[in-house]
Amino acid sequence: MSLKRVVITGCGAVSPFGLGKKALFDGIWAGHSAVQVMPGWGHIKGLKSLLAAPVPDFDSKELLPRSLRRTMGPMGIYAALAAKEAVNDAGLDETKLASGSVGVAIGSTTGSPTAYEDFYRSFLPTEAIDQVKSGEFFKIMGHSCAANVCLFLGINGEQWSPVSACTSASQAIGLGYLLIQAGRQQAMLCGGADEVHPSVTGVFDVVRAASCRNDDPAVSSRPFDRDRDGVVCGGGSGVLVLESYDSAMTRGAAIYGEILGFGHVNDSKHIANPHEESMTRAMENALNDAGIDRAEVDYVNAHATSTELGDVAEARAILSVVGKNTPVSSVKGHIGHTLGAAGSLETIIVLEMLARQELVPTLNLDNPDPRCGEIDLFRQLKKQKISTVIKNNFALGGVNVALVIRRFA
Amino acid sequence: MMSDDELRRRVVEALAEEFELNPEQMGPEATLYDDLGLDSLDAVDMVVVLEKTFGMKLTDEETLRSIRTMNDLFEFLIRLKNEKNA
Repeated sequence: MSLKRVVITGCGAVSPFGLGKKALFDGIWAGHSAVQVMPGWGHIKGLKSLLAAPVPDFDSKELLPRSLRRTMGPMGIYAALAAKEAVNDAGLDETKLASGSVGVAIGSTTGSPTAYEDFYRSFLPTEAIDQVKSGEFFKIMGHSCAANVCLFLGINGEQWSPVSACTSASQAIGLGYLLIQAGRQQAMLCGGADEVHPSVTGVFDVVRAASCRNDDPAVSSRPFDRDRDGVVCGGGSGVLVLESYDSAMTRGAAIYGEILGFGHVNDSKHIANPHEESMTRAMENALNDAGIDRAEVDYVNAHATSTELGDVAEARAILSVVGKNTPVSSVKGHIGHTLGAAGSLETIIVLEMLARQELVPTLNLDNPDPRCGEIDLFRQLKKQKISTVIKNNFALGGVNVALVIRRFA
Repeated sequence: MMSDDELRRRVVEALAEEFELNPEQMGPEATLYDDLGLDSLDAVDMVVVLEKTFGMKLTDEETLRSIRTMNDLFEFLIRLKNEKNA
């Protein structure tokens, strides 16, 4: 059986810069940071990082009916709106979505932490559930985003929910790629979602991996920089429409890029620490899957979360795979680490770089850490011919994912 | 003691807010499912909201399941109120 080619025909985003991919691109290309000090976090005992890049407030009542919102936490709402933008962008109509040939793979770190909080605030003082609303469980379940997107858009193909923290969306894209390659689905909505919550930032704070630069939020997330001090968590959702090349050509759809390869390995070394050799192996597996030489890689969009251990391990891994002359950057200086949404929001930004033929540098990279400095950490927006890119994402739990994406021309 | 009209007003107010309904469409003849668009999950939440609004438990599951219209609901709650105050 020959494998089908897989292309990207639609994108949708809800990001720390607001609703829609235009708001995301405007913020990124303007070199803005979406990080802020979170009001209301200061009283939380032991929480040293008060920083986050949340999705700006908006009124979802105007955008989604109550019958759908009742089972959606914030992340479910973000996923639904991103998915809607993506299918509109791709030109997939209701008939196609309901044909069974279109599926969904959208993950998140957990179900909605805001909904968890609401439930336990009600439950713990009384140990009673008689005040719990019927929609609460559906916000909390691990496949909440994917299930709600299917319901919202009338999609009745395969439904998956890769749940692996910071690689949830990358795994979802990889999974969609495999399903379409194999001919099980003609198109897949792939991505991830997450929402800002102190319990999430707290996870990184507890392991001393969250930025505490509370007095200067705009420069707090600074991947690869000598003076970085940790992750800043963000929220949002990115959704891509992956489609078989044949289906896209038959529909006459515009094509943003082609997914050529997917590398995906566990390091089986440590539940939290990054592992350079496994990062390398993920990238090499992706290149082998793509069947291309490493010399063809024009750019690497790094996971680079602004932690000491992670950035150094990734820089070394990238050096070993593509050498010192391939440009590398991370967009987490702009939007923080959007966790379950990172893989898809960052891929959408990469696709825009391919469209503009312009590379976005790492925001706040003032003094590259010498331990990261051997790779090409360019510092200015630059016009450049870009065709083939590696997109990395890594997660707690030892997960290492790399995608190879090529501009479609 | 709360009057029957006051009870009806508070029921409409509470359910309109919870389910984002137009009070003008919540007359006595309006059916909960067909006219107001509620479903089985909403029926669960309706009980939670009404228990909170009136500070009493609604445990008569059989009668609750038989309620079709706003008037059925009014009559059920008025009967409970009267029993409570008897």
